[in-house]
Amino acid sequence: MEPEPELERLRAALLAVPDGRLPDRDWLLDRDWLAEALRRVGAEPAALGRLFAAAGRRCGRTPLPDLPDWTADDAARVLLLAALPPTELPGQVEARYREGDAAERRAVLRALPLLPVGDAGVPLLHDAIRTNDTRLVSAALGPYSTRLDQAAWRQAVLKCVFTGIPLAAVHRLHDRADAELATMLAGFADERRAAGRDMPADATALLARLSVPHRSGTPTGPGAEEEA
Amino acid sequence: MRIFDPHIHMTSRTTDDYERMAAAGVRALVEPAFWLGQPRTSAASFVDYFDSLVGWEPFRAGQFGIRHHATIALNPKEANDPRCREVLDLLPRYLDKDGVVAVGEVGYDSMTPEEDEVFAAQLALAVAHELPALVHTPHRDKARGTERSLAVVAESGLDPGRVVIDHLNEVTVPLVRDSGCWLGFSIYPETKMSPPRMVELLRTYGTERMLVNSAADWGRSDPLLTRATGEAMLAAGFDADDVDRVLWRNPVEFYGQSGRLELADDESAGEPAGEATPGTFEGNSILRGGS
Repeated sequence: MEPEPELERLRAALLAVPDGRLPDRDWLLDRDWLAEALRRVGAEPAALGRLFAAAGRRCGRTPLPDLPDWTADDAARVLLLAALPPTELPGQVEARYREGDAAERRAVLRALPLLPVGDAGVPLLHDAIRTNDTRLVSAALGPYSTRLDQAAWRQAVLKCVFTGIPLAAVHRLHDRADAELATMLAGFADERRAAGRDMPADATALLARLSVPHRSGTPTGPGAEEEA
Repeated sequence: MRIFDPHIHMTSRTTDDYERMAAAGVRALVEPAFWLGQPRTSAASFVDYFDSLVGWEPFRAGQFGIRHHATIALNPKEANDPRCREVLDLLPRYLDKDGVVAVGEVGYDSMTPEEDEVFAAQLALAVAHELPALVHTPHRDKARGTERSLAVVAESGLDPGRVVIDHLNEVTVPLVRDSGCWLGFSIYPETKMSPPRMVELLRTYGTERMLVNSAADWGRSDPLLTRATGEAMLAAGFDADDVDRVLWRNPVEFYGQSGRLELADDESAGEPAGEATPGTFEGNSILRGGS
């Protein structure tokens, strides 16, 4: 994923939200507020805290019609972070997560792969994965999770199975799933079977796929980069 | 019976309580920041507490379809501890959050000069952030504490219609009714207020500006006493609309003044169920408004 085109797609999809000044519904997006907020963040980065907190109230929280994986508040917050002067970015990413409510934290996690922050956001992923808040755990397993080491990543996948997060939330699951994850899933399946409880269907399917010996040349093995 | 508990400390309750509350009809609640029983030793401890009020607790409530909101403040008891005074500097950041619908609990515990100062400073924050305020009344010397609280509210410039004075009883009701503030009642198993006494107060004073809460916390308390009060009202001859006004529409009207209340489409203050508009945003903020 190329960050800049992705940011532009996000901006276009957010601005394509129907104008809120329709009489029969809530405002969905306060465009004037958003434009002013984006301008202000560039000129006065310290203003971001209050604007970031208010983004859901000003821009709404619906999935974007043109990019339904994104909600308006997440998209607006990502654009606000992207509008910062680059030197302010690492500090503000950290602060907006640490000082944020759950929705602000989710937006920061989703922003990480789209911003030039290098590995600076990895501690935030670890923090999110430690929570039991499924909104945060699933956001932490997006594209930026390629920066998690394999042991932490496997634990996070297993946590998804435990907490009922669909495995579809996990970026590059099939590339990255390895024999060790299969062993962990099999152990979990044994415990569930012994307890007379069901295993989530997506976890069962993943375990079945991992348990079939790979023929050479199949593209399903773990990516070499993550084995490092 | 749809119930909005306008004052309950879920931090001190179990997930089983959320389950029982949902089964009893509780669909929304407000959790005021308060004293945890064990005195805190630094402002950092409040950061974790406030974070959970805008993070973990709404998530936990959401598992049972209950909408969780919070009020944020330095409580009167810890206002006396100099180690906690820095909490005042943290408040503006939390008062900007979506789920924060008032400043509270503020007010008096022992009516010290420190409490005076912190109470007034926090009412000023309510004015600055355009939020209502939840005022706790003291357990000791309650009548004079209530009078003094009303005087501080009057000085603050905050509209009395944006203030609830809580934990009232037979003695303190008339004072507060005359002030124009909202009246909060905490229904407890034995102490503050009971369902039969509450019914008598509703008979005497009517349902206007009356808020009934369980104030359930770490003490002997019961999160289902809101429901018990609704049932006691019905048994005493109030109709279902009266009960709905006290247990739902009144708290929606009071906290809706924040512009930040979020309820499902069929649960707005006056509209009947089933008129959800496709395309309104998730969370269906029915009382919109900017900050």
